[in-house]
Amino acid sequence: MIFDEARQFRETRPLGLIARTLRTLHLDGPLLVGLIALACLGMVILYSAAGQDGDIVVRQAVRFGAGLAAMFLLAQVPPHFLRLWAPYFYFLALVLLLLVIVTGDVGKGAQRWLDLGLIRFQPSEIMKIALPLMAAWYLHQRSLPPGLLTIIVLTIMVITPVVLIGIQPDLGTALLIASSGAIVVLLAGVSLRFIAVCSGLGLALAPALWLTMKDYQRSRVLTFLDPESDPLGAGYHIIQSKIAIGSGGVFGKGWNNGSQAQLEFLPERSTDFIFAVLGEEFGLLGLLTLLVLYLVIVGRGLWIASQAQNTFSRLLAGAISLTFFVYLIVNAGMVSGLLPVVGVPLPLVSYGGTSMVTLMAAFGILMSIHTNRKLLST
Amino acid sequence: MRIGSVTLRDHWQEQRVFNTRLIAAAILVLLSVGVLVARLFVLQVVNYEHFRDLSQGNRVRIEPVPPTRGLIYDRNGIVLAENVPAYQLELVPEQVGDTSGALTSLLSLRLIRNDDLDRINNQIRRRRAFEGVPLRYRLSDEEVARFAVLRPHYPGIDIRARLARHYPAGPMAVHAIGYVSALDQADVQRIDEADYAGVTHIGKIGIEQALENALLGRPGHQQIMVNAQGRSLQRIAREAPLPGKDLYLTLDVRLQRAAEQALGDRRGAVVAIDPRDGSVLALVSTPGYDPNQFGEGLTQQQFAELAGNRDNPLFNRALRGHYPPGSTVKPMLALAALHYNARTISEEQICPGHYMLPGDDHRYRDWKKEGHGTVDMVSSIEQSCDVYFYELAAQLGIDRMHEFMTRFGFGEATGIDISGEKRGLMPSRDWKRRAFSEPAERVWFPGETLITGIGQGFTLSTPLQLAHATATLAARGERFKPQLVRAVRDPVTGEIKTRLPQRLPGLGDIDPVHWDTVIDGMTAVVHGEQGTARGIARDLQYRLAGKTGTAQVFSIGQEEEYDEEEVEERLRHHALFIAFAPIEDPQIAISVIVENAGSGSAAAAPVARAVLDTWLQPVSVQAER
Repeated sequence: MIFDEARQFRETRPLGLIARTLRTLHLDGPLLVGLIALACLGMVILYSAAGQDGDIVVRQAVRFGAGLAAMFLLAQVPPHFLRLWAPYFYFLALVLLLLVIVTGDVGKGAQRWLDLGLIRFQPSEIMKIALPLMAAWYLHQRSLPPGLLTIIVLTIMVITPVVLIGIQPDLGTALLIASSGAIVVLLAGVSLRFIAVCSGLGLALAPALWLTMKDYQRSRVLTFLDPESDPLGAGYHIIQSKIAIGSGGVFGKGWNNGSQAQLEFLPERSTDFIFAVLGEEFGLLGLLTLLVLYLVIVGRGLWIASQAQNTFSRLLAGAISLTFFVYLIVNAGMVSGLLPVVGVPLPLVSYGGTSMVTLMAAFGILMSIHTNRKLLST
Repeated sequence: MRIGSVTLRDHWQEQRVFNTRLIAAAILVLLSVGVLVARLFVLQVVNYEHFRDLSQGNRVRIEPVPPTRGLIYDRNGIVLAENVPAYQLELVPEQVGDTSGALTSLLSLRLIRNDDLDRINNQIRRRRAFEGVPLRYRLSDEEVARFAVLRPHYPGIDIRARLARHYPAGPMAVHAIGYVSALDQADVQRIDEADYAGVTHIGKIGIEQALENALLGRPGHQQIMVNAQGRSLQRIAREAPLPGKDLYLTLDVRLQRAAEQALGDRRGAVVAIDPRDGSVLALVSTPGYDPNQFGEGLTQQQFAELAGNRDNPLFNRALRGHYPPGSTVKPMLALAALHYNARTISEEQICPGHYMLPGDDHRYRDWKKEGHGTVDMVSSIEQSCDVYFYELAAQLGIDRMHEFMTRFGFGEATGIDISGEKRGLMPSRDWKRRAFSEPAERVWFPGETLITGIGQGFTLSTPLQLAHATATLAARGERFKPQLVRAVRDPVTGEIKTRLPQRLPGLGDIDPVHWDTVIDGMTAVVHGEQGTARGIARDLQYRLAGKTGTAQVFSIGQEEEYDEEEVEERLRHHALFIAFAPIEDPQIAISVIVENAGSGSAAAAPVARAVLDTWLQPVSVQAER
């Protein structure tokens, strides 16, 4: 009796109704709110960064809409279904990457695009989802922590697409995809000694990597080490972006009032360096707000991972959330001069973005994992 | 239970490890955000005043300075593509006020074009109010004068000088040189914007496109002092752009002109190659078009005129025209027959004017109804006897024909250093099996071998391929990749890099006597008493070897309308001629195609003669200069 009344009471509350609706739609409330808030903040900054161009904001909103649709669709797909298809999806992505190298369109001096007549897209975007799926699928069938053989197979699984993307050349995306693979391996419980050995090897291999880098990639690293060495060329980005952020102070210069952004001292304002525009116009407070939104999303993602009920879901959810964070930290670190300039956009905020749809699709997967849990005895 | 612990997974243990890692990850996340916040705190709070001063003092903007595009010369240093000062009409939105009114009145003065309005409005919206928007890339002198008078009435609209691409010879050699036009959407996605900072045009076709990277150069930068609103005040520093590299082509303007004049207003193509190194001396496709009009951007009407012209001036016949080679393949097939011992040199045959396969009553006709009488190899090349080559083809078989002709480059791209080249088609059993879907059509028929023997049927070749094959004949089996670029000059250092000839796999071991025989046949085509091209032999100062060809036009394009007079003209045979000279020491090999002009001897051979004359017997006055 009392129990029934309690339930009735809960369901008549408006919040209870919303929660139920979200649940039937397989959506996750906190995540959805965080994503929408972030995208909205992003569009506010974009309007200013793009020189008060409404068209660009509309186009960005349309992309975000497409992203929401992708998220919604993937949220309906139960995780065991995703697991079933993971290997096919991964190999399809590999084939597409190979196709890009053979036939791809050259865009901005690099071969990244595949033209399918109707749509033109970057297969590396598909790989961003396909790789964590594949790694989680593979580890799901092994006992954890993974043995040496498992790790070797995983490494091959990660290195192949990374190399294919690296030679396009798209170093930024290659690194991000490599890190998503590494995250899965780390979450799976690889021994700490193994990690130490690998990082040692990595450091030893760094000179070899240096030799294979393209000139512009080397100049980016050198400029990172000493921006003043090339103030008119590559160092210009970092110098101007530091000035933009620093001159914003605590409260910022006000929306549409950043001299660095509005007078075009700051390069790539609406894409890779939009973080600096926010810092200039909204100051430290604006940047902290942005970081809080990101932390809400990442935190919720990690919570979903901790509640997931099998290895596949756990690893996938953890990888998606942490990779998203890596995007943020790489971009913010680059713009604030902590990391070298790698062409990585600020996720969900930078203009443009085939990445918008991919990111949102990944969050759809997170939601599916969370809403498809079987409620154990409670 | 030992076994159990190995096979059974300890899910609780796994979850525990995972959760530990997850917590570690969460701590890492918080730590790195902490570092980032600390960094922001240093920038925005600790060093705020420093950066505020820097930003207020930031009165220096960096602007790109476009590089000058490399020049293109012919082999003797005559300019083919240059940069000339051009007058650009520019509008500064904030100084104009009523921009749409100004645009309408300029439109009525025909100083701007209707076609450009969308682009102009778009740019006015995009750019900052004090930045100039180009209304026209290139004004004519007359337009400059007209606007100069009206200038006081148009504040904020002005003429600015810039460098524009100019092709002094207009349509000459346009299909080799190509053109530049304004960067479009597709280009912008393809290029690295840093490489094109301040650059407005890009090479679209021909040499301009193929050597875009060399011609482009690298943009420089200049520091501009600006006031608080961002308006330019003065230039303080400048990092000069790196000019693009100059190109010396293998083309010879004199020869190119001679070939274009010889073709006149007929549709056709001429390709001349130096057999000793593969240099392309002339590459003609008529009709041509004026590449200068692309610099400004075509209006809809201009584009419609070019694209709708049924003579198709935009079509590069020399590289992309697929023509049946007709009888021009006979010398090469004769060589194949000798090489494979399918025929001997002196073997004679009676030509009754037609040929029949055993067990088939179809008559394969000779072009000469009454026949050529008794012919041997040399005389059948001289007179272009079809019957002789029907039987020769039957003896060779399609497999060996395909094998040998492929060595001459038929059915393959020659690899010339501009893009767009077609491969042609040298049929084979294998090709037919792949190309057709109906089982009955996928079989190779003996009759098809016969017509392949006279360069008809499925066989297709481009004028470039024919010239390349002729050069290979002239060089007795040595093959070089056709090249249009002879040297690249760095304008800064003055260093000239010559492109070396690129040898292709040759024809292999062929008896010199076989070469002599085939070349004797080709010599007789011009110098023999019954040679099909004996008409061009008069007053020749040198000896040349040639072969005529007449290619049947099978059908007319389905989309074309039926128009009796036109159709008849367009159904006439294509006239072909290949030649090289001098025979003793070949310096030039040439292929000529004149569309729908009838026989090769009457229409194509005289064109070849005019070109060869220009190359081999220069006017003495000109030579002395």
